[in-house]
Amino acid sequence: MLVFTLRRLSLFIFTMLLLTLVSFSVNFLFPGDSIINLTGAINATPNQLIGLNEAYQTNRNIFWQYIAYLGHIINGEFGLSMASQSDIATEVVKMLPATIELSLVALLIAMLIGIPLGFIAAIKHGKFTDSLILSVSMFGYSIPVFWLGLLAILTFSINLGWFPSAGQISLLFEIKLVTGIQFIDILLSDSPYKWQAFSDATAHIILPACVIALAPATIFIRLARTSMIEVLGTSYIRAASAKGLSFRQIIFRHAIRNALIQIIRHVGLQFANLVTIAMVTEVIFSWPGIGRWLIESIYQRDYTAIESGLLVLSCFIFIVHILTDFIYAALNPLARGNKYGA
Amino acid sequence: MNYLKFITTSLFSLVFLTACNQKDKLLLSEHSVIYCAEGSPETFNPQLVTSGTTIDATSNQLYDRLITYKGIENKLSPAIAESWHVTSDGTKVTFYLRKDVAFHHTDYFTPTRLLNADDVIFSFERALNLEHPYHFVSGGSYPFFQNVGLSDLVDKIEKINDHTIRFHLSHADNSFLANLATDFSIILSAEYAEQLSKQNAKSDIDTHPIGTGPFKLKEYRVGSFIRFYQHEQYWQDPAKIDQLVFDITPSNTGRLTKLLAKECDVVAYPIAHGKITQRKDLSLEAVTALNVGYFGFNVNKAPFDNKLVRQAISYAINKQTLLDAIYQGKAEMANSLLPKTSWAFDKTIKNQKFDPFFAKELLNFAGYAEGFTMDLWAMPIQRPYNPNAITMAKLIQSDLKKIGIQVNIVSYEWSTFLQRLKRGEHQSFLLGWSADHPDPDNFFSPILSCSATKTGSNTTFWCNEEYDTIIQKALRTSDIDKRKEYYAQAMSIIRQEVPLIPLAHSKRYQARGNNVIGDILAPFGGINFYSVSKRELISKKVATKKNKLDGKNNTLSTGVN
Repeated sequence: MLVFTLRRLSLFIFTMLLLTLVSFSVNFLFPGDSIINLTGAINATPNQLIGLNEAYQTNRNIFWQYIAYLGHIINGEFGLSMASQSDIATEVVKMLPATIELSLVALLIAMLIGIPLGFIAAIKHGKFTDSLILSVSMFGYSIPVFWLGLLAILTFSINLGWFPSAGQISLLFEIKLVTGIQFIDILLSDSPYKWQAFSDATAHIILPACVIALAPATIFIRLARTSMIEVLGTSYIRAASAKGLSFRQIIFRHAIRNALIQIIRHVGLQFANLVTIAMVTEVIFSWPGIGRWLIESIYQRDYTAIESGLLVLSCFIFIVHILTDFIYAALNPLARGNKYGA
Repeated sequence: MNYLKFITTSLFSLVFLTACNQKDKLLLSEHSVIYCAEGSPETFNPQLVTSGTTIDATSNQLYDRLITYKGIENKLSPAIAESWHVTSDGTKVTFYLRKDVAFHHTDYFTPTRLLNADDVIFSFERALNLEHPYHFVSGGSYPFFQNVGLSDLVDKIEKINDHTIRFHLSHADNSFLANLATDFSIILSAEYAEQLSKQNAKSDIDTHPIGTGPFKLKEYRVGSFIRFYQHEQYWQDPAKIDQLVFDITPSNTGRLTKLLAKECDVVAYPIAHGKITQRKDLSLEAVTALNVGYFGFNVNKAPFDNKLVRQAISYAINKQTLLDAIYQGKAEMANSLLPKTSWAFDKTIKNQKFDPFFAKELLNFAGYAEGFTMDLWAMPIQRPYNPNAITMAKLIQSDLKKIGIQVNIVSYEWSTFLQRLKRGEHQSFLLGWSADHPDPDNFFSPILSCSATKTGSNTTFWCNEEYDTIIQKALRTSDIDKRKEYYAQAMSIIRQEVPLIPLAHSKRYQARGNNVIGDILAPFGGINFYSVSKRELISKKVATKKNKLDGKNNTLSTGVN
């Protein structure tokens, strides 16, 4: 397990180095002065500019410039947003939890719906139920998320009026930002309207989370189905059934556990996909997360924000990836021997 | 399988919680109003701006004026000043202040005294006196005051006693009182300014506002929302709602969705009027606003330094198409700067003909037979006077193509757009003006006078001495017929010189849920939430049901709500 951990860590460090290298070189490709792209200090006085040039060592060669850049990144200094002149690190700290919250809820929904459906399809392998579930999942997978989002708003917000269409919570509620995760903050707050706020926040998250969850859920269906079919074909299942265990016992005691392990491997991979979908969905549902912020930065040609935002987001996805690898390794000792990236 | 059970139970309990808390929710939303606004304010001090979005968010909510307009006839009426007196030569104006006006008590400031003459003097000195310690805080630009030339007009502001002040004017000016009643002439707190000076945080006076208005600022998140609380010690009856939230939603469809999904109680500049009027729980309202949308030229830049080119373009644009496509019949065609509802409008001014052949001839005459390429700057946001400048620009593009002019459409984010316009980087632009008060001068001075080229509100940079003399003369006389004559002359000069092409006078629209009652819109100036209150439809239903349950249909209590 130690070797495994070390391998993952070194993979993490090298990937991060590569990512910073990319975002560093992108500075020179964006139009404008690279030091201003890097720091976002568009209104800096000449004196401030001299200071910035010194801090980023622009007079030395490119290697030292990169080292200086790394130093700033490690200290959490991402510069200022070119559009709003606010500190990017604080913005990110405010925005990222909202995205994490939305993505996690969506992931949970995707797993709760996708995995059981996949198992059912596998158990009814080759029958009508199987092909029905498969074709529905194929259909769900091919719906573009922006269209689904608009359709959901049209149906559930405008026509039926069940769920709100925008934001994280009604603006009437004042919730102090503590952890950034809205639900936890609501529970921590001492507002007299705490429980109204909680139900309001729940109503707000359901639509966007379901929209995000659809595509990953269909993938989970297919993953769960393949993995279950595979498990059901193994000799230990046949042995168990030969011992006289009922079908129900076989499925719940043996098959599900073994099939789940295979799926957990893919959760990390799916998470990256899910965050991408979440970015688009955040725009549609005006969710105050990092995805919307990033897309707005692209519109405003806010290079500093684009670059740091991408760095933070990819770092976050990578961490999730590694975490799921660890969970998988903890559950399945066989995986610990695997080499990089396997 | 235990975790599965756990998840299902927690999900169920969540649904339960969602269901059983409906009652409290009514309480909070019953005494709050959410207004979906079209943009963020640039500052919280209306003295510093002319932008309608900022005025909407600040003037009538946070502040009061010495005097104000009331009623349909827009009569000047007392506000912070109980009464006023103008000497017969018109050069001394004395105001007698109320003695019970309290400033906002907020997280960042606790007032120790009520409003007195010092506050009024501070507020005006700040804007008018270049040597005032607060004059250059936040940039030192007071566009409204500079446009109407208030600093030249006011010689001195004298404090007679704690509740009496006197303005000494250099000459009689008919629009002086009208200017004091506008959204810009608000009263700040001198005590707060003093405190900020001590803390070395002078610029906070415009970002963390303290006023005397019916609401006080609680929280502002840029680009997201503004939260106001009721001002409990307001000198009139306190506002009827406890909380007022401006939900900043720049997208048209976003605001419409929020209205239809009931996330906003009141919505600025709604689109899809048909959809709104279809719904029984929503209503649409409109006021004919004193405004004008226009197509302006930067006369400092070739080829628009040539009068003939400007005239040619004015003949080449089909205003009727613009009106149909952009305003969808919800505006009047503009024959001149001044809307037809204004008393000073000259009825002899006919609408400009649409004549592309004549336009082509004028171009030939001006030496541009081959045509040319020009930039047209279209404003990025919707304002009442121009709900969709980009589409309008495209229509103009196709009109001008017919006379051989290639148009590039340029647009920037709103604040950048305004800044660059002020710097004169443009060739031509689509913009407009909403009147601050009903006096006709409010159209002529700020948009086209020479002094306005310096303050940046005249972005055509057209400066015509004859025109300036005429509008000055019009201000100095109180004879209505004479003023009318002067303004007719001014309009004909504009017609001759074409520094801009007036396009339309629009109506300002607003949509709201039927449970929101009270006036918000006014024909000029910013919106006002002071008299707004909410009737909760659901609680009414509950009340009706309860009455029915009581056995006897008590018609009295159901009917009153």
